[in-house]
Amino acid sequence: MASEIRNYTLNFGPQHPAAHGVLRLVLELDGEVVERADPHIGLLHRATEKLAESKTYIQSLPYMDRLDYVSMMSNEHAYCMAIEKLVGIEVPVRAQYIRVMFDEITRILNHLMWIGAHGLDCGAMTIFLYAFREREDLMDCYEAVSGARMHAAYYRPGGVYRDLPDVMPQYKASKVHNAAAIKKMNSNREGSLLDFIEDFTNRFPTYVDEYETLLTDNRIWKQRTVGIGVLTPERAMNLGLTGAMLRGSGIAWDLRKKQPYEVYEKMDFDIPVGKNGDCYDRYLVRVEEMRQSNRIIKQCVQWLKANRGPVIVDNHKVAPPSRVDMKSNMEELIHHFKLFTEGMHVPEGEAYAAVEHPKGEFGIYMVSDGANKPYRLKIRAPGFAHLASLDEMARGHMISDVVAIIGTQDIVFGEIDR
Amino acid sequence: MAKLNTLIDSLNAVFGDKLVSLKTDLDEVTIEIGAANWLEAAKTLRDHAELRFEACVDVAGVDYSTYKDGIWEGQRFASVYHLLSYAHNWRVRVRVFALDDDFPVIASVVDVWSGVNWFEREAFDLYGLVYEGHPDLRRILTDYGFVGHPFRKDFPLSGYVEMRYDAEQGRVIYQPVTIEPREITPRIIREENYGGV
Repeated sequence: MASEIRNYTLNFGPQHPAAHGVLRLVLELDGEVVERADPHIGLLHRATEKLAESKTYIQSLPYMDRLDYVSMMSNEHAYCMAIEKLVGIEVPVRAQYIRVMFDEITRILNHLMWIGAHGLDCGAMTIFLYAFREREDLMDCYEAVSGARMHAAYYRPGGVYRDLPDVMPQYKASKVHNAAAIKKMNSNREGSLLDFIEDFTNRFPTYVDEYETLLTDNRIWKQRTVGIGVLTPERAMNLGLTGAMLRGSGIAWDLRKKQPYEVYEKMDFDIPVGKNGDCYDRYLVRVEEMRQSNRIIKQCVQWLKANRGPVIVDNHKVAPPSRVDMKSNMEELIHHFKLFTEGMHVPEGEAYAAVEHPKGEFGIYMVSDGANKPYRLKIRAPGFAHLASLDEMARGHMISDVVAIIGTQDIVFGEIDR
Repeated sequence: MAKLNTLIDSLNAVFGDKLVSLKTDLDEVTIEIGAANWLEAAKTLRDHAELRFEACVDVAGVDYSTYKDGIWEGQRFASVYHLLSYAHNWRVRVRVFALDDDFPVIASVVDVWSGVNWFEREAFDLYGLVYEGHPDLRRILTDYGFVGHPFRKDFPLSGYVEMRYDAEQGRVIYQPVTIEPREITPRIIREENYGGV
């Protein structure tokens, strides 16, 4: 009997938990095999680039946090670098170290989110809880330095908003924790923020080992990721993929090494590279990146403990004067007022500044015509290029593999839809 | 800096008078290529052994109509490409102006770099740049059935329509925007040597 064969069109998302936000995926299926994957994006489109054209340079900075909302400070970094390039300012060394340290903290934050979500997608529950345990500590670092757990707005053109705090915020006694428990919870919060981070970097490698015990040799994990979504190096380059997506395919490309910015030149770290270009290799690459980030943070903490200095440039056309100066000095008050009303004027020109964002190359293309607002701001989001390659990566795979591929691409809609 | 000069020399040698302009500013090389030569030039940029731009990292549409408050002369729309060579570790910015302001057309380079597919769709969606030869030029970021190209400078920030749930009709409807656009900080371009600085 000849059975009737039909192709299905499946609508995946935008409310699907494995869609990582608001992805609407239209899948054309032959049985369970994907013939074409057509992602429909834009459900989170807020026109950040257009909004930036009507706001001064500093007013748009907090929008950057909201692009890739799991690696907030890296986004700010590229934005500040673009402005600094156009204005031609040199960031103080201490601020550069702080930026590098928080870039790497952000990288760990992002990869923890990724490993948890990717694990959940492929059926591993525990890893998510483990990852969020460590994210909590890193969020506390964000909070200590900026007052916000996520949307920090800490990096500013010319440096960072303020120096690292000397005390780490502590837990207070409550109904659910008695004094002894609080004392234990606060045991690594007695010193400064740097002490807390140092303590974290000492603990973190063991945590990464824990994640690896859960996944690396796990049979189910390997069945779901080995040989899935294979990209050859040539295709990965041609598709404009960056970050771990490119390194997983065997290309040792990392902007921190190849086009170093801030103080990455002085840091001692390695770039992990995959071999087969499948989801499993990208997993290994990212896990190793967490270990390397930990190394970088350690080096930064050491330097920051030994050296003090300004954290933002002393150019009041770009950076505000200190509060004390502002309140005691007429000249500084005028600077403060002008900076926060009219804003800074950026010389005419165009610049492209890119950072090695946890997801790949995050770039800001900025065109200025000399006004106090950018004429055009283009955000080059790594996830946008990654998701564009989903069709090619998913073709010929099963539906369940599409979920693994979305996981490995580390999709965050804040940056894709902008 | 030596590297940058090598790149500039190679670009001059390979393209010669096909380059409309070549500028170096802030350690970045920007070239302008005429719309007619763009597709061919893109292939050369990728394949020529001295250039080898394996990846197109970014495509940005730009609307120059209000540049410096309207002194811009020349074509209104441009497509700006950021190319990256992994082999040589250098970048170049390519600007291609669309010849017709009312119907801006630029050759698509999807066949050269597959990665530009969505970037070109985005520029089409937001600026109305038509990429000739693109296999699937649909809107990408705006809503289904959106009218207009929102990133053009003559498109208001608050848009033309807004969406709300209508209890009587029991569905979501579109209506003209009810908010007044307001500008809190005016846009200012200071004249040269303002205040003697």
